[in-house]
Amino acid sequence: MRDVAIIATAQTRHVRADTIHSEVELIQPVIAEVIERSGVDRHDFDFTCSGSSDYLAGQPFSFVMTLDAVGAWPPISESHVEMDGAWALYEAWVKIQTGHADTALVYSYGKSSPGDLPRVLSRMMDPYYEAPLWPTSIDVAALQARAAIDAGLTSEQAMADIAYRSRTSAANNPFAQLTSSADPATLLGEDYIADPLRKHDCAPITDGGVAIVLAADDKARALHDRPAWIRGIDHRADGHHLNMRDLSVSPSAAIAAQKAGVANGPIEIAELHANFTHQEAILRAALGLGDDVEVNPSGGPLAANPMMAAGLLRIVEVANRIHSGDVSRGVAHATGGHALQHNLVAVLEGEG
Amino acid sequence: MFYSAALHPGWTGGDDQGGHMPDEATTIGEQDVLRAPLTLEYPFRRTTGPVIGAFFTGLREGRFIGIEDERGRVLCPPVEYDPLTGGPLTKLVAVGSEGEIVNWTWNTNVREGQPFDRPFAWAMVKLDGADTPILHAVDAPREAIATGLRVRARFAAERIGSLADIECFEPVG
Amino acid sequence: MSEPAPIDLPAGLWSQPELDTSAVAELADVESVQSLRAAATLYYDYTPGIATTLFLRALKEKRLTGEVCAESGKVYIPPRGVSPTSGLVTTELVELAHVGTMVGYCIVNLDFTGNAQEIPYVSALILLDGADIPIYGLVREIPYDEVRVGMRLEPVWVEDSELTTSFENIKWWKPTGEPDTSLSDIADYI
Repeated sequence: MRDVAIIATAQTRHVRADTIHSEVELIQPVIAEVIERSGVDRHDFDFTCSGSSDYLAGQPFSFVMTLDAVGAWPPISESHVEMDGAWALYEAWVKIQTGHADTALVYSYGKSSPGDLPRVLSRMMDPYYEAPLWPTSIDVAALQARAAIDAGLTSEQAMADIAYRSRTSAANNPFAQLTSSADPATLLGEDYIADPLRKHDCAPITDGGVAIVLAADDKARALHDRPAWIRGIDHRADGHHLNMRDLSVSPSAAIAAQKAGVANGPIEIAELHANFTHQEAILRAALGLGDDVEVNPSGGPLAANPMMAAGLLRIVEVANRIHSGDVSRGVAHATGGHALQHNLVAVLEGEG
Repeated sequence: MFYSAALHPGWTGGDDQGGHMPDEATTIGEQDVLRAPLTLEYPFRRTTGPVIGAFFTGLREGRFIGIEDERGRVLCPPVEYDPLTGGPLTKLVAVGSEGEIVNWTWNTNVREGQPFDRPFAWAMVKLDGADTPILHAVDAPREAIATGLRVRARFAAERIGSLADIECFEPVG
Repeated sequence: MSEPAPIDLPAGLWSQPELDTSAVAELADVESVQSLRAAATLYYDYTPGIATTLFLRALKEKRLTGEVCAESGKVYIPPRGVSPTSGLVTTELVELAHVGTMVGYCIVNLDFTGNAQEIPYVSALILLDGADIPIYGLVREIPYDEVRVGMRLEPVWVEDSELTTSFENIKWWKPTGEPDTSLSDIADYI
């Protein structure tokens, strides 16, 4: 296996709605910034991969237009995933492992504001048995929350505590959208939006994007004093039928964590792509995280949730803390599909 | 604010091509950016195959059909392949039209296309004879909804073989 | 030619295994459902962004604008705000003349437009003078079998009172009558 590291990152200041910029205009400054930070000439990336969603944008092949922001001339080796950028990173990582690339530019973004995101996400459900009823992402999350509470994994109080902790942590994150929270008692006084979920239990609607640069072996060492090495990375998916799995557990996240080697060393921080407060307990259990592990010091998706970027941002937030020397070993998680159906886990380490 | 505030600080038009943009167009405030409603319609017609088709044939006839998995559990609605082993499933079975709520939520933010146009309960209902619950809506007030509540399907008067053949579930008794 | 020997296919792979309907025998007599309508409508409040807004506002004033790549000097229309070859923000816009050369065309014999066009119709790529990328348009006022690459075209606009922030301001393109551009002059674009 080749040693692959993240050696540069950049992200937007995440906002509720960017009503001024097209997707190209939104992501171009981020790509330009990460290229400059990386020290790699933009013609020298061996591979470029992006993640975005046409259903989110309301336009087929929307990601093709975004390639303008990369300056794809002379023609480049490029790919796209209709998924969170964490999977674009995974594809780039595989490309590097095969020896077909030593460096990669990876970016992802999402503008959720133009559409009704929970309704758009209902299109991910089984087209015969579930989608015709238009259950939204919030409805599905609520069913999972009840399953987790009934299984004794979490409680409305614990969920409110997580919302409070996440959004107050985000005060230290200059890119976060929500950076404060009422105290848990006040939060619990609010009405349900989908029993047992209240508004604070849900990630916000966000427009934003992120970009990273990957490099392998000595190239990474030449480009950064303290590369964020990807020691292990794996992704697994459970079935998509809501009724065929136990929503209170995430076997795919557990297997991904085991294959990525989470348990091979101490975990200092975990950035988890938990869009709903009840999911943190499910993921802690699946990843085997002890109570001493700090979860989502960045605030996590509860503080900023740009669709298609929030998963890659978890990896970025761990990488940034490794770059700065604050952390030596952390785990990042990204998810796709409803109710933690598809999960990617990455273990990142800094040396020394 | 937004990330790139000064994307278009100004521009120059060639003099020999007649005139240039008025100055006010070079500053772009939020109110100046064009917006328009965009509606995407996907008129899909999906083929069902014999297994999924059997479920909808059953609905049209006012009954529920499930399928046995490799361990003999009854999956309703039926699926073509065993969720654990991936093996093809073939044994269709009849499943009751009554069952109990095993999971639920109360939807306050009603959206187009959902079973009701006012707040309602989503529920996972384990029909009698099935080992997996079916997702649908329950016509009952918020106070009546609870895990364990027995409900029965209310079939639509006119049925064509679609999910809408089930209007909703309602409490029994 | 003799019949090929039958192939023994693995069950459940290439062939759909036979369903066991013995427990639901009463369904055997009714017509089975084979497909269903699964229509979906999604609604968006869409913005095309700054560059396209500026372009469309100019178009409403019957102005055709292109953006200049700072690296190559090439002119792209419609502007995207970013040069596709350099990835750099474009800050220079230029106004382009209302005349160009056809660099590609297609004679369409199928009705894709819901009866909005008479069949056959000509769709074309028009390279405006000064631009380095063609734009799309319809070509009319010439028999479809007389169109050719290199011919000179100019836009036919809607009435001034009908101008909006839309490409529909240009109804179609018609021949100017000028001599054709030689193919060698547009070799990079055809």
